[in-house]
Amino acid sequence: MTGSLESLTYQLRINGALHTVDGAWLGESLLYVLRERLGLPGAKNACEQGECGSCSVLIDNVLVCSCLELAAAAVDTDIVTVEGVAGLDAAFVDGDGLTDVQRAFITEGAVQCGFCTPGLIVAVHDLLAANPEPTASQTREALAGNLCRCTGYGRIEAAVEHVIEVRRG
Amino acid sequence: MVELATGIRNTIGNSIDRPDAIDKVLGAFEFSNDLHHEQMLWGAVVRSPHPHARIVSVNIAPALAIAGVAAVITHDDVPGLSTYGLITHDQPVFASDVVRYQGEAVVGIAADSPDTCRRAVAAVEVVYEVLPPLTDMMLAADADPIHPDGNVIRRVPIRFGDVDAVGDVVAEGNYEMGMQDQAFMGPEAGMAIPAGDGSVDLYLSTQWLHEDRDQVAACLGLEPVDVRLHLAGTGGAFGAREDVSFHVHACLLALHTGRPVKMQYRRDESFLGHVHRHPAKMHYRHHATADGRLVKVECDIVLDGGAYASSSFAVVGNAARFAAGPYKVPNAVINASVVRTNNPPCGAMRGFGAVQVCLGHEAQMDKLAAALGMDPVEIRLLNALETGDRTITGQIVDGVAPVRECIEAAVAFELPAPRGADLFDQPGGAGRTADALAVRRGVGIAVGFKNAAFAEGFIDDSHARCRLVDGKVTLWCAAAEVGQGFVTIARQIASTVLGTDDVELTRASTVDIGSAGSSSASRQTYMSGGAVLKACNEVAEQVRIALAAAHGVPSEAVGLVDGRARTLDGSIDVVIAEALPGERFEADVRHMHRDTFPLDPETGQGDCDVSWIFAAHRAVVDVDVELGLVNVVEVTTGQDVGIALNPLHVLGQIEGGISQGVGLAVMEEIVTIDGVVKNASFTDYLLPTIVDMPKVRVTLIEHPEDGGPFGAKGVGETPSLSSTPAVAAAIRNATGLELARVPIRPQDIALPN
Repeated sequence: MTGSLESLTYQLRINGALHTVDGAWLGESLLYVLRERLGLPGAKNACEQGECGSCSVLIDNVLVCSCLELAAAAVDTDIVTVEGVAGLDAAFVDGDGLTDVQRAFITEGAVQCGFCTPGLIVAVHDLLAANPEPTASQTREALAGNLCRCTGYGRIEAAVEHVIEVRRG
Repeated sequence: MVELATGIRNTIGNSIDRPDAIDKVLGAFEFSNDLHHEQMLWGAVVRSPHPHARIVSVNIAPALAIAGVAAVITHDDVPGLSTYGLITHDQPVFASDVVRYQGEAVVGIAADSPDTCRRAVAAVEVVYEVLPPLTDMMLAADADPIHPDGNVIRRVPIRFGDVDAVGDVVAEGNYEMGMQDQAFMGPEAGMAIPAGDGSVDLYLSTQWLHEDRDQVAACLGLEPVDVRLHLAGTGGAFGAREDVSFHVHACLLALHTGRPVKMQYRRDESFLGHVHRHPAKMHYRHHATADGRLVKVECDIVLDGGAYASSSFAVVGNAARFAAGPYKVPNAVINASVVRTNNPPCGAMRGFGAVQVCLGHEAQMDKLAAALGMDPVEIRLLNALETGDRTITGQIVDGVAPVRECIEAAVAFELPAPRGADLFDQPGGAGRTADALAVRRGVGIAVGFKNAAFAEGFIDDSHARCRLVDGKVTLWCAAAEVGQGFVTIARQIASTVLGTDDVELTRASTVDIGSAGSSSASRQTYMSGGAVLKACNEVAEQVRIALAAAHGVPSEAVGLVDGRARTLDGSIDVVIAEALPGERFEADVRHMHRDTFPLDPETGQGDCDVSWIFAAHRAVVDVDVELGLVNVVEVTTGQDVGIALNPLHVLGQIEGGISQGVGLAVMEEIVTIDGVVKNASFTDYLLPTIVDMPKVRVTLIEHPEDGGPFGAKGVGETPSLSSTPAVAAAIRNATGLELARVPIRPQDIALPN
């Protein structure tokens, strides 16, 4: 990391690739740097205070709200955004490059306006990586940090259940 | 034998995937918040911290002096009309002499980054002389006017039947609804790009491109053709994007600086920067015969419109017309009004005036049932509106009106099992605060209705174009896709008519097609779906005639069936879209529903509506009566949908609408003190999370509606009508408390009075 607090230069490893952040202020959130400096707008900016989960990403396999993380503090970590979930486990990716979670969100009707969708996709991947067969209550607890205003969550739960069943084989 | 067009998947009735869903799950879908331009500036607005104040002076010099600030503009920089608004132009682009609500725009800023904008906003010096705010809607009508247009935006009286009729039994009550926010996930955003010739392009999320264009052009002093609006990805709407918000500011700043200007609201700014659902106070008196038939409904309704009119004129019209509920009501006396205060401006939200009164009329039906010793379901079935009955405006309901079926469907589901031991299922959830001995279960039922599409003689049209070339169909329609799925059903309609899945819908814009009307009032499937159907049918007809000519047969010998053009003898039998390669067919249509008429200003009588939508909801709740915690266990519903064009996505609309109804019942409210919003964040304005959502079970009531494409009705608003009163009724049932106000807060249950 080089430069002044007002104008830092550093590198972030995102979805397996190194990105250079140039001339950034120290106080910029990871969400801002992803969206406005690195051209990765998949993480969404619905509340910017860690309440809605639409900016969810993984940092070293920990699910976080990227709006609450300092980008400069994420140097030397592995960051995964919605744009990179297909890289998490090739076994779950189909011929179109969609993960089973992404595909289930489409076919089960879990997507309406889609603003919460990227955060939920990341959160569901995180849930199922840690617990491949969550109970309904565990799923609900795990996704309680992701607000959706369109769906009432019914089709989102259906999508998660679908993925659990398919992975069970 | 009917032969279907080969391999067609996207026909109506199939739950096909959203065409934009792949991009949305990949994070590649471009929302208005994602717009980017190499040369862009960021726009921001200085907002009034006071709900009512006189502006003494504005000093923009300190902001202009900040490095990176490109422009600072005020009302002096508005070249055209200085005010805007949906029905009346009563809201200033920038306040000049007085501010009438907290959050009113005073100064606009363009700068090189969001951070520079924040510093520039803080640097602008506005000196206010604070005035006492008018915040009590019940005092507004008689208070000194806070706006040149006065404090009463509209009064709607309804006098139907014998106004002096009296019943054997009378039930009376006061009811109140707090201010709900639409709280869509994608905050307001857009980018204005100056063209260099004085005209401007605005890419934005909105519900109604053409209405926005007309308002924006008037304020810019430009011809509408020189203001081109293009729909950008829209993260929900629910009514809050029907009004102009940042639109004029972004265009002014772009034209002022000659550079693209992006604006996006923060969440707190979004709460202050758009209209909300009108808070309501209602007094009801219901009369019934001794055997439970409604004799008369009397109701006084006051809606708080906040500082500016927005769509209040139409909202209060709805509140009045639907005040008695979907029942056979022979006599009615309704006095509805909407007033101006220094509270946040209110306008459209899902259900639009019918939500407020549904809380009242449904609580009243329960009171009547209790007074008569009847079952709440029984009294509703006894009085259920049917096709052929008159509404309280004297209009005969000539469309599908399956009120009885909706009720029967909602209560036909088996009641859920008693509360289990899983701590996640207790009121209070995983916080595990509920004492099992203090938990009571309650069940409530409610029924609601409203109109679909615009009413009271308001011009309601939608334009569409269909072009067919070499088997490929292209559609144009300016209907705003806000998440509801118009982009899906437009394709399904074209596929069904023309027999191909190769259908493209172009980006909604004001440039190449006329208005589609607003994505509101449950009207886009009905109206723009109708326009697309009409355009596709015209193209199919052109193909039929050309095909007959090409084969040298009389045109009447060729028929159109299931996406194919064929003769009875089978000598011609082709998919319509592929019938004549190399030829181009095109149809441009304007679709309107039948005329509606204004209400008589004295009696409120008139044939003001075109179609009605109905639903019933049953809610089951567990309430910790000591802590006031509520767990909504289940909501079941029967909903009248006409015909479901995409059943899975209809289900999604219903579940989503119920979540907003549940939210209004138990948690959602913008809290103001002396006109100042106290909870403009997702930390403090509570939305239902996945753990707050009850299990939802749905029965679609399908009867084709004349005038809707393939018999479809709108489905978006219906689930938000009676889900709230059903939950309220269930909590009353569990607690025995009056609970006349929603949202029902823990203290209302645990510490009544």
